[in-house]
Amino acid sequence: MNYIPNILFAIALIVGIGYFAKNVKKLIRNIKLGQDVDVCDNKSQRWKNMTLIALGQSKMVRRPVAGFLHVIVYVGFVVINIEVLEIIIDGLLGTHRIFSSIGSLYGVLIGAFEILAILVFISVIVFWIRRNIIKLNRFWKNEMTSWPKNDANYILYFEMVLMTLFLIMNATDLHFQDLNSGNVISQYIAPLFSGLSEDIIHLIERGAWWIHILGILVFLNYLYFSKHLHILLAFPNTYYGKINPKGQLNNLEAVTNEVKMMMDPNIDPFAAPAEDAPMPAKFGASDVQDLSWVNLLNAYTCTECGRCTSECPANQTGKALSPRKIMMDTRDRLEEVGKNMDANKGDFKDDGKQLLDDYITREELWACTSCNACTEACPVSIDPLSIIIEMRRYLVMEQSAAPVELNNMMTNIENNGAPWPYNQMDRLNWKNES
Amino acid sequence: MAEFMAQGKQPEVLFWVGCAGSFDDRAKKITKAFVKLLNKANVEFAVLGTEESCTGDPAKRSGNEFLFQMQAVTNIEVLNAYEVKKIVTACPHCFNTINNEYPQLGGKYEVMHHTQFLKTLLDDGRLTVEGGKFKGKRITFHDPCYLGRANNVYEAPRDLIQKLEAELVEMKNCKRNGLCCGAGGAQMFKEPEKGDKDINVERTEQALEVKPEIVATGCPFCNTMMTDGVKVKEKESEIEVMDIAEMIVQAQDL
Ligand code: SF4
Ligand code: SF4
Repeated sequence: MNYIPNILFAIALIVGIGYFAKNVKKLIRNIKLGQDVDVCDNKSQRWKNMTLIALGQSKMVRRPVAGFLHVIVYVGFVVINIEVLEIIIDGLLGTHRIFSSIGSLYGVLIGAFEILAILVFISVIVFWIRRNIIKLNRFWKNEMTSWPKNDANYILYFEMVLMTLFLIMNATDLHFQDLNSGNVISQYIAPLFSGLSEDIIHLIERGAWWIHILGILVFLNYLYFSKHLHILLAFPNTYYGKINPKGQLNNLEAVTNEVKMMMDPNIDPFAAPAEDAPMPAKFGASDVQDLSWVNLLNAYTCTECGRCTSECPANQTGKALSPRKIMMDTRDRLEEVGKNMDANKGDFKDDGKQLLDDYITREELWACTSCNACTEACPVSIDPLSIIIEMRRYLVMEQSAAPVELNNMMTNIENNGAPWPYNQMDRLNWKNES
Repeated sequence: MAEFMAQGKQPEVLFWVGCAGSFDDRAKKITKAFVKLLNKANVEFAVLGTEESCTGDPAKRSGNEFLFQMQAVTNIEVLNAYEVKKIVTACPHCFNTINNEYPQLGGKYEVMHHTQFLKTLLDDGRLTVEGGKFKGKRITFHDPCYLGRANNVYEAPRDLIQKLEAELVEMKNCKRNGLCCGAGGAQMFKEPEKGDKDINVERTEQALEVKPEIVATGCPFCNTMMTDGVKVKEKESEIEVMDIAEMIVQAQDL
């Protein structure tokens, strides 16, 4: 017996999965750089959201064309992975199509895989056309620089190649074709190879088999570097996504404590703060570490589809703000911080940069109307608005750097209890006017 | 409210007027219209008058959590001192803030938007509505972000318009896809960032596409924004921007 293929296969598998695991660890470390938030509440609602939105793709299908195609690719991806299981067992044990022993059901399964494979192939082509020929507006906005554009296309090419290899692998498997069960699509591809000798056909089959599984391992490892991470993170992300009414912004506990101290006549305002009272480092966010870890998970989950940006009123009217860019910038900065830590033995060394100004400009932040169109549009429950608000908080509470008009508005509220310079005592005047 | 307290009585509901409703000339008309309806339906209501203060919404959305919480805590003290249980307001921003952001600071009330409240008055038969001059008119409703997406209230205002026997036409972006008027997030109080268009003009263009005679609103800020948008488009002689409460008042000749 020749065990070399089995050993090579095992090595490929270990390297592929090992490298992926290493990156997953890094991913988790980076997400944990964010501030802690309590997300232990309402478990049943959270499970429901995950089931509907991630598993059930409920928000994807709000845009019917993209939604429909995406469901095909998604179902295809999940189902065809059963075949990968067989490939792995075959590869390790040196068997061939080990599941075929289950009898006629095997034909049904492979038949279904083949149909899905061809549907996925067609869908991916349509996706490619939408991006590159029709040039849908949302795929060509400013933040879609060369890498995001290429990334999206690479994934499409990957899927085309993987699906082709799967079908060729079946078409050149003479034994499988002889069974004539389950080769619904590949029987039409098989004749292409009929002129070749059996040895060559067998070689092609082996080649397709190997490239297919190696391709899958490469793809697995590509995820971390790509917007395609959403295929995994969509699940935790929809689970941890916001469940409060969209209009509700979070309450800053640290501020509540200070306000209580100020308003409570029993507390001596000049008393030294208790030794163990934790002072918040700062209010709001100027860099990724100040955001919550859910914000950071959001950033890694963003699939750069641009649905948020295409619904954003500021973006639609030509402002610099794009909620997708907010998410992409957050991820890019987080990756930069992560690399910095890798280079410095796990500690972050100040690099003189931050999320604010170096990535996200003030002009973008102040253009937001807090309308929640972006959060409503996002198919995976990402909340760009909460990042915008955290960064405004930093600008206002740490830097007093609000636009002049907003400072005037806030001074008015402080002095007259209204955003305009009216006298509080005139509040009821409407009653006596006709 | 102080008067009710002095008599040892509790009103049925507290009408939270809001800053726009108290000071802004256009929004004051909405306030007065809503009061007419409350009186018509014999609702015993109170207002805080000079004891009311900004909810803090624009401060919070500008990032000034300190100022927001100072405002919130002050208002909550007043409301709790009067033992207020139920609040109605004609401003979706006040509605959202009191409903969603006050509870964590100790202010727990039942809060309704005036369109929801009017709807219950109609359902209970305390108020009747007929189409009057609005019968058959083409009316489109602009969803306020803080009523619609923020709190999932889409039907109450539409039900009221339907009660006016008007023809309700929807813009291409409506309900959860509604386009913002451009005022939220404290934008009302500043000039927009540079771009190629103002948001309220974009929204007004969407409204004009469905050729309405009236643009109905449920928010004093949307009202201002849409009114300005209609002026920019020089359509003010053909299209009126009205709050739903005003429409009901005019339909009944109150
Ligand atoms: S909330 Fe802000 S970023 Fe999101 S769509 Fe509205 S204006 Fe754009
Ligand atoms: S935030 Fe959501 S809607 Fe926006 S680009 Fe990312 S995945 Fe798409």
